[in-house]
Amino acid sequence: MNRYAVRRVCARIGVYVAAIVAALLCAGPFLWSLVTAFKQNRDLYDPTNNPFVFNRPATPDHVTYLFTDTAFLTFTWNTLWVGVLVVLITLVLALPAAYALARLDRPWSGPLAVAIFLVYLVPPSLLFLSLSRMVVAIGLQDSTWSMVLVYPTITTPVSVWLLMGFLKGIPRDIEEQAMVDGYSRLGAFVRAVIPLVFPGIVAVVVFAFTLTASEFIYALAFVAPTDQMPVSTGVPTQLVRGDVFFWQSLQAATVAVAVPIALVFNLFLDRFVAGFTMGSVKG
Amino acid sequence: MTTRISDRAGVLAWLFLLPSVLYIVALVASPFVLAIAFALSDVSAGDPSYDYVGGRNFERVFDDPVFWRSLGNTFVFTGISMVLIVVLGKVLANILVADFRGKWLVRFLVLLPWTTPVALSSISWLWLLDSIYSPIDWVLRFFGFLGPGENLYWLGQPGLAMTSVIAVHVWRLTPLAAVIMMAGLVAIPRDIEEAATVDGAGYWRRMFEIKIPLVLPVAAVAALFGAVFTFTDMAVVRVLTRGGPNDATQVLASWAFYRGIEGGDVGQGAAVALFLFPLLLAAAIAILRVVRRIEVW
Repeated sequence: MNRYAVRRVCARIGVYVAAIVAALLCAGPFLWSLVTAFKQNRDLYDPTNNPFVFNRPATPDHVTYLFTDTAFLTFTWNTLWVGVLVVLITLVLALPAAYALARLDRPWSGPLAVAIFLVYLVPPSLLFLSLSRMVVAIGLQDSTWSMVLVYPTITTPVSVWLLMGFLKGIPRDIEEQAMVDGYSRLGAFVRAVIPLVFPGIVAVVVFAFTLTASEFIYALAFVAPTDQMPVSTGVPTQLVRGDVFFWQSLQAATVAVAVPIALVFNLFLDRFVAGFTMGSVKG
Repeated sequence: MTTRISDRAGVLAWLFLLPSVLYIVALVASPFVLAIAFALSDVSAGDPSYDYVGGRNFERVFDDPVFWRSLGNTFVFTGISMVLIVVLGKVLANILVADFRGKWLVRFLVLLPWTTPVALSSISWLWLLDSIYSPIDWVLRFFGFLGPGENLYWLGQPGLAMTSVIAVHVWRLTPLAAVIMMAGLVAIPRDIEEAATVDGAGYWRRMFEIKIPLVLPVAAVAALFGAVFTFTDMAVVRVLTRGGPNDATQVLASWAFYRGIEGGDVGQGAAVALFLFPLLLAAAIAILRVVRRIEVW
């Protein structure tokens, strides 16, 4: 009996140790960024100082500088409104498409679903050159709107895929019941299906927003003026003057962007897992 | 009997799909065709007029040693990252499905590398790998692996630069692989394992004859996603090394960007980028085959 108890305790300790090690390996750079953001220059630029603790008193100067003297807030604002518009466009495109593919039973829905999945795998690094010429031709070069136009190419295919998974999880009886009750097929979709698939929609919103906020290549290729840049290109290119990096401010920017996104994402992690599972496994 | 348009599934299916299909044709299919057209032309930022030049861009690309170097680097990056991402992703997934206190915080911390915009986390790493102030060097000096004032120059030496870029990729994509594999672990029917236990199968037998075969397809999906994202990414290379030192970390995607956008040679950039496609197609077909196999359960 004792051997079992000891084993159990050891297993519990093992789980905790593994969890802590994993958390430190993943989040270590961010924890360290957080410390660095509040360091004085004399503390930071001394290679003999312990880089993980404050060797001199902490200072909020560099963080204040980030918010008051750089375009960081402009970048953040650009990322936010581009993200919101892209998410809306994505939903308008993906939700009906996913419903058609998951429910309307056309002979071509299988191949088309596969084709949309393949589109998801066509990377920005293959398309950015021709897209940047197209953006120039439309006259959206150096404008944040170019990203609003192009980013749904990244988010729509994967959202269709995820939403198909969620839609397949809803019993067909519900629409059939709604149609028996006098709704048209369209009415049943709007009134009965959309409310039920709402958790999936929220998951897609978060996922699409994260993809949009992370995008780098298109933003770098399309937009050069500082006031039009999103966070993902603005911070790495504009907080550097020649060879001089504003290190503390850069680290503060990373943490300020990383923490809110990860917090929201964590709230919906179980739904993503459910979505992936229903979409690909219980097809 | 007449049916309303809103009741006819066929018409409705078309109406529902048309916006997405049109959008994807306009902004994915046509730029793709355009990329092929550019690769066969002499279009450049300075002279945007289109002149067909046949395979000349490809000839020039093949004559360029940097291209072969980038191609080789791309494969090395992708191969090594993929193996590490899958193995570490599996370990991480097992930790994340376990039950313990403070799970919410651990999950939040573990997700950070993946949800943070890659350019931002890469710039944090740029300082972690700094030639003079690198905290990693400080730790090595602290434990006496490096002498006082010695540095490793992580991003300055070809081998170390490559190790660094791979490490950042693995660090960034492992949480994604873990989430994909969590989905797989959740989906595995519990009763199979329970039945095996009841039938007297020991731990190792269950591991090798039930668990691993069941997880393998999901692991393959995670591996292929990891490969596709590593293969096509240029943000980490761009921020950390700009392809240096001496093109030691140059990959196809970053090389296409240098030629096409910064060098202004759209034709050659497009020719380089097109090399990504056949390999991606192979990966995509592989993913689909594996997913099909899962669906038969």
